[in-house]
Amino acid sequence: MGMAAADSEFHVLAVDDSLIDRKLVERLLKTSSFQVTTVDSGSKALEFLGWHEDDRSNSNETSVSPKNHQEVEVNLVITDYCMPGMTGYDLLKKMKESSSLRNIPVVIMSSENVPSRITRCLEEGAEDFFLKPMKLSDVNKLMPHMMKTKYKEDNIIEKPEKQEKQESNKEETTQESDDVQLSLQEQLNGNNNNKRKSIDDGLPPVRTRPRYNGLTVMSN
Amino acid sequence: MQRQLANMKQSLFDQGYLDEQFIQLEELQDDTNPNFVEEVVTLYYRDSVRLIQNIEHALDKNPLDFAKLDSHMHQFKGSSSSIGARKVKIECTQFREYCRAGNGEGCKRTFQQVKKEYATLKKKLEAYFQFARQAGPVEKACRPK
Repeated sequence: MGMAAADSEFHVLAVDDSLIDRKLVERLLKTSSFQVTTVDSGSKALEFLGWHEDDRSNSNETSVSPKNHQEVEVNLVITDYCMPGMTGYDLLKKMKESSSLRNIPVVIMSSENVPSRITRCLEEGAEDFFLKPMKLSDVNKLMPHMMKTKYKEDNIIEKPEKQEKQESNKEETTQESDDVQLSLQEQLNGNNNNKRKSIDDGLPPVRTRPRYNGLTVMSN
Repeated sequence: MQRQLANMKQSLFDQGYLDEQFIQLEELQDDTNPNFVEEVVTLYYRDSVRLIQNIEHALDKNPLDFAKLDSHMHQFKGSSSSIGARKVKIECTQFREYCRAGNGEGCKRTFQQVKKEYATLKKKLEAYFQFARQAGPVEKACRPK
């Protein structure tokens, strides 16, 4: 029942409105022995993941709740940023707000190199950001993100201090890598967990936030 | 004949029609997916017809909706970039700059260039794939540069 760390058992959900890019991403991922599902929109992605409006970051459950009809385990979501309707950023946000989905690592792709966009996505909890078109070398970076989540709990580190790296499969411990990017991510994830966000946030073009420590107060 | 094929391909790169991304596509082609590159390129043609029509339609409007034009072109640039269509991509970038500057004439002029480069590339790639078929199957029909 438990997934062993076998390459072929990792399932990636790829989201992109471009047919060509979906085909490309699918091939890239399959070449690296991942199972792949592709969808052409954020809403279809949420549907596939079994997302429900009521799933907020309230519970500490990591297991799939009865409300959640997710049948397939998804180990990583890779999504295009620019999509009509729901952008990749919106999708990311919705996933992070959902108690059942927020532990699934999300990677964003974009054809445009916009630093503020990249920051925004990482800030919201994306594991990584790739410039399109994607290459095989990018796909090779995905595995660590997927491995991380397999052992991650809800009560992730809230302090930026590094803990001992653990190789074992213990459930209660938090798995960390020495990835430099991770320490920034930890701080941000810690804050994300404390935040109460309203779903009707809409599509804020610019998010102004205070510093990344303590509660982030969102005004409606 | 294989050598002719290789030369054909090399000249596409040398003349700047294709870039490194095309090689990435080739590297994804193997025995389990022997026609991957041609499949992707075929999808690209189909997609491009639609996008070009959209842009043409949008350029007929008065006044021009530059945001919409930019958005259409963003898509076309994206798919062109994904297959390594270098010259097409360059013209797409130029078009988008005119969009951002609100320069309608510039857009229209550049769009002609976009279409021209696209048509040229399509012709060359069709010839290339046809020749590749004639040259006969090889265990890997493409060689890394």
